[in-house]
Amino acid sequence: MLVLLILHLVAALAAPLLVRWWGPRACYPLALAPAATFGWALARTPAVGHGGAVVETYPWIGQLGLDIALRLTTLSWLLTLLVGGVGALVLVYSARYFEPGAPGMAQLAAVLVAFAGAMLVLIFADDLLLLYVGWELTTIFSYLLIGHSSERRSSRWAAAQALTVTTLGGLAMLVGFILLGEHAGSYRWSEIATHPLPGGGYLITAVLLILAGALSKSAVLPFSSWLPVAMAAPTPVSAYLHAAAMVKAGVYLVGLLAPVLATVGPWRPVVLIAGVATMLVGGWAALRQNDLKLLLAYGTVSQLGLLVAVTGAGTPAAALAGTAMLLAHALFKAALFLVVGVIDHGAGTRDLRELSGLRRWSRPLFGVAVLAAASMAGVPPLVGFVAKEAVFAAFTDDPLVLTGLVAGTVLTVAYSARFLWGAFADRPGVEPVQPTPIAASMLVPPAVLAVVGLLAGPAAGVLNGLLHPYAELLGSVDAHLTLWPGPTAALGLSGLALVGGGLLFALRGPLAPVLARLRSPVGGNQGYEWVVDRFDRIAIEVTGATQRGSLPQYLGIILVAVVLLPGGAMLAAGPWRARLPMWDNPLQPVVVVVIAVAALLAVRARRRLTAMLLVGMTGYGTAMLFILHGAPDLALTQFLVETATIAVFVLVLRRLPERFSARPLRRSRWARRAIGVAMGVVAGGLALVAAGARRAPDISAAFPDLAVSEGYGRNVVNVTLVDIRAWDTMGEVAVLVVAATGVASLIFERSRTGPRPRRPESADRAVRSDRPVWLRGGPTLYEERRSIVLEVVTRLIFHTVALFSLFLLFSGHNAPGGGFAGGLVAGLALVVRYLAGGRYELTEAAPVGAGLILGAGLALAVGTGAVALLVGGSVLQSAKLDLSLPLIGDVHLVTALFFDIGVYLIVIGLLLDILRSLGAEVDRHIEATDTADGGLAVDKGGGP
Amino acid sequence: MTASDAGPTMVLVLAVAVLVGCGVILLLERSLTRILLGVILLGNGVNLLILLGGRSGGAPVVGTGPVDEMSDPLPQAMVLTAIVITFGLTAFLLAVAYRSWYLTGDDEVPDDLEDRQIIRRAGRNEAGAVDHGGEGPDGDPEQVDPEPARRRLRRGRGDGPR
Repeated sequence: MLVLLILHLVAALAAPLLVRWWGPRACYPLALAPAATFGWALARTPAVGHGGAVVETYPWIGQLGLDIALRLTTLSWLLTLLVGGVGALVLVYSARYFEPGAPGMAQLAAVLVAFAGAMLVLIFADDLLLLYVGWELTTIFSYLLIGHSSERRSSRWAAAQALTVTTLGGLAMLVGFILLGEHAGSYRWSEIATHPLPGGGYLITAVLLILAGALSKSAVLPFSSWLPVAMAAPTPVSAYLHAAAMVKAGVYLVGLLAPVLATVGPWRPVVLIAGVATMLVGGWAALRQNDLKLLLAYGTVSQLGLLVAVTGAGTPAAALAGTAMLLAHALFKAALFLVVGVIDHGAGTRDLRELSGLRRWSRPLFGVAVLAAASMAGVPPLVGFVAKEAVFAAFTDDPLVLTGLVAGTVLTVAYSARFLWGAFADRPGVEPVQPTPIAASMLVPPAVLAVVGLLAGPAAGVLNGLLHPYAELLGSVDAHLTLWPGPTAALGLSGLALVGGGLLFALRGPLAPVLARLRSPVGGNQGYEWVVDRFDRIAIEVTGATQRGSLPQYLGIILVAVVLLPGGAMLAAGPWRARLPMWDNPLQPVVVVVIAVAALLAVRARRRLTAMLLVGMTGYGTAMLFILHGAPDLALTQFLVETATIAVFVLVLRRLPERFSARPLRRSRWARRAIGVAMGVVAGGLALVAAGARRAPDISAAFPDLAVSEGYGRNVVNVTLVDIRAWDTMGEVAVLVVAATGVASLIFERSRTGPRPRRPESADRAVRSDRPVWLRGGPTLYEERRSIVLEVVTRLIFHTVALFSLFLLFSGHNAPGGGFAGGLVAGLALVVRYLAGGRYELTEAAPVGAGLILGAGLALAVGTGAVALLVGGSVLQSAKLDLSLPLIGDVHLVTALFFDIGVYLIVIGLLLDILRSLGAEVDRHIEATDTADGGLAVDKGGGP
Repeated sequence: MTASDAGPTMVLVLAVAVLVGCGVILLLERSLTRILLGVILLGNGVNLLILLGGRSGGAPVVGTGPVDEMSDPLPQAMVLTAIVITFGLTAFLLAVAYRSWYLTGDDEVPDDLEDRQIIRRAGRNEAGAVDHGGEGPDGDPEQVDPEPARRRLRRGRGDGPR
């Protein structure tokens, strides 16, 4: 069975290519996939015919206990035959139905085949969750098929409606499955069915939820509105999905579960009431239609109601009748849809008021239509008659339901007659249609279906034997399918229905006002529209009320929540430290006062540069606190970052206005301050509580030992970064790469991978004779922006600083330093070069792209981790290499160093990217505006 | 000082409170530069807060002092990455501020236009999605099936299906 599924998958994937080669004719080879299904199922007839099952199981998701458990029994065998057989015929039909070059043909063919495969998953699945997967796949494919003409609003609407309704039902069904599976202890239906099900309230909920899924899929009230709308799909799709296959999924599920669940409280009332009501309402609506396809659609709704009621009734006789009806309906309804397609294709309309003289057009077509419609009406000796007889016989002891079914059948007979009359009658005053010839491959598929319907009637005995095993699941069966049951009540009711239906059709003229007045709720989409509209309105109101669009407002709400929730919890439960030393170092209070004053002044500052410098002061102060706390690595990094931050700020602030814009509303200012104070109090409280809340020993207590024994380094913080918690660092450097790329992409209007700015040769030569050149980029600057002192100092210190950065990198494993600090120092060296010599000097200093450095660093870091994995360790595990190099002596190399080098490169790349973007590229912007109009008025900030 | 009582001091808690408080006030502003400065202040405060979760002591370098008088290395490693990330964020927000200035002439964060529109629509009691609401396919003259070209020709004469 898995082979069949794979075959459909392959066919679906190959479909676009085949369609490109052969156009719609590609449907012929594609039809082989469902045809293979049909053949396979036919070959399994002996195995299934006596109540046996074909089982295949493949392991899938072991952790969830989910296997691909496939199982073919009588009911699924019947469905497989229908899905395969009708599928193949519909594809053959499609080969001529669609004109060559029809838009979206490739997608249509692929989805149609994929749909057949999904349908097989649904039918074969023994595991309820797998069944759900197939179920939703059919929903999605049906969405794509209904929305085939995506340029039309009605198409999109119809597709969305079908998707919404059936997915809603599907989700409810999933919840029901889970309730059922969890209580039964298994999701395999074959296991659930053979063990007694634990009773309880859950079972009623589960049954109701599952029925919601089944009814929505089969378009039974109250979910039926989507099916008529779904007729926006091309006719072959309607014939397949909305007559033979997908809508049968709900009936199939009802039939599958009925042997076990039909006795559960709400099952029978729900199924019978919804089914019979749908049958009546759908039949009535079908009588009102003028579009032949819509007539059939409402007829389908009606018949699905009948099917659900009969298969769900839960008696052996009804089960047998239900399966026969299932077969009969697929045969005649698909045939009729295909006939409508032929008419539509040939006559150019489906409106029965415009059709005339079609009987003379094609006798075979007329014959096919008569056969199929007669089967639908239940005329002997067709299979429809056999099935209908069995249905009546199964309900003889339930007069209420029987009355409903007979009334529904009267309507069925009437709309069958209306279909034939509508399609083939001659209408006075209507110009006879001049139809085009019919291709054989469009006539053969409906003919095959109709003829099978004709043959299956007399072969009722064979059918009876094949379908019996399913009915036996519900108990001993005394009913049987037969063409001539003798003079029974059922036969009388069949005759009554035929006569009644004939009368109803004959009286269509006098009854027309009643028909027009009594509008059924099925046709109206008002219910669905109302619900969708309500949801839309609620969504807009909620969004409008909560999403005010103001960033400070959002942040304020978040922060207030932080104050209230963690702050409140802290007040309620915090273990407060009794005594806290004021300070443990006399320098501490001094630094804190500086920080506090600087922070408060920064809040009040009106000038950008002032605010930035004050904030920088708090940064340096924090670094001092780090030192006092015993964290030299942090202090080093903080000092370097603070310096780099100031440099970057200055680069941007030269362009921004000098002062902040005027302060807005006073009231919100007080609110901001209140939130700020509250947050400060909460943060301080957290510091107190967190310090006193430790219950378990530090996990970091073992870090010093680990660092030496496993990381081969003495600087515990650095070893933590590159070894013990190297994954954190890996994530962090990835963030840096993203940030660098983000900065560049915000500033560069063109690709930054192009040629970097090179110093113009002429400028070089002109100045060379003039005076000594300290920096080669220097002469490219305007005279008033050059500082010869800066150039000289830069020239003198650059290489020393670069060397120092390498020292920090290499010594970082055992002493303060490491990749971050080293990279920052190297980056600052580049900053100095840029500040002294401008953007051309930057290219001289770093003649490679920032992207290259970032990429190399990331590759090195990831590569180190991967190599450890390859040699059999865990990712990012360190190893020690002892080398003996000539001249240098013994070298102890830890592999984590390579990771650190990656970090080093990424930090350099980040700074270089920032300089290229916020430095060099902004320079270029400035020059461009200067030359264009002498610069913008706001452009008067500080400069490098 | 022993490892057990080496923890936060009053002044450090004060520093955390002031840095976070000032950071939040700036964060709630509308100028991107101010927001960014707020982020930096907030970052410094929170870094300090994280650091206070571990004990203070000597530098966490094995061999420079007794191991049990060493400061806690784990929060330090966390804060170290946080410092560098804050730097990356700073650069990014500065680039955003520059871009904002470049396009609009200032670095203020305006209200979200899309949100404003939704609020206006809520005020006018309008529906949302284009394909939903209003008339369904029943109101669409081209109710069904588009393919056959002949129908389109024919529609010139009659008034189509339905």
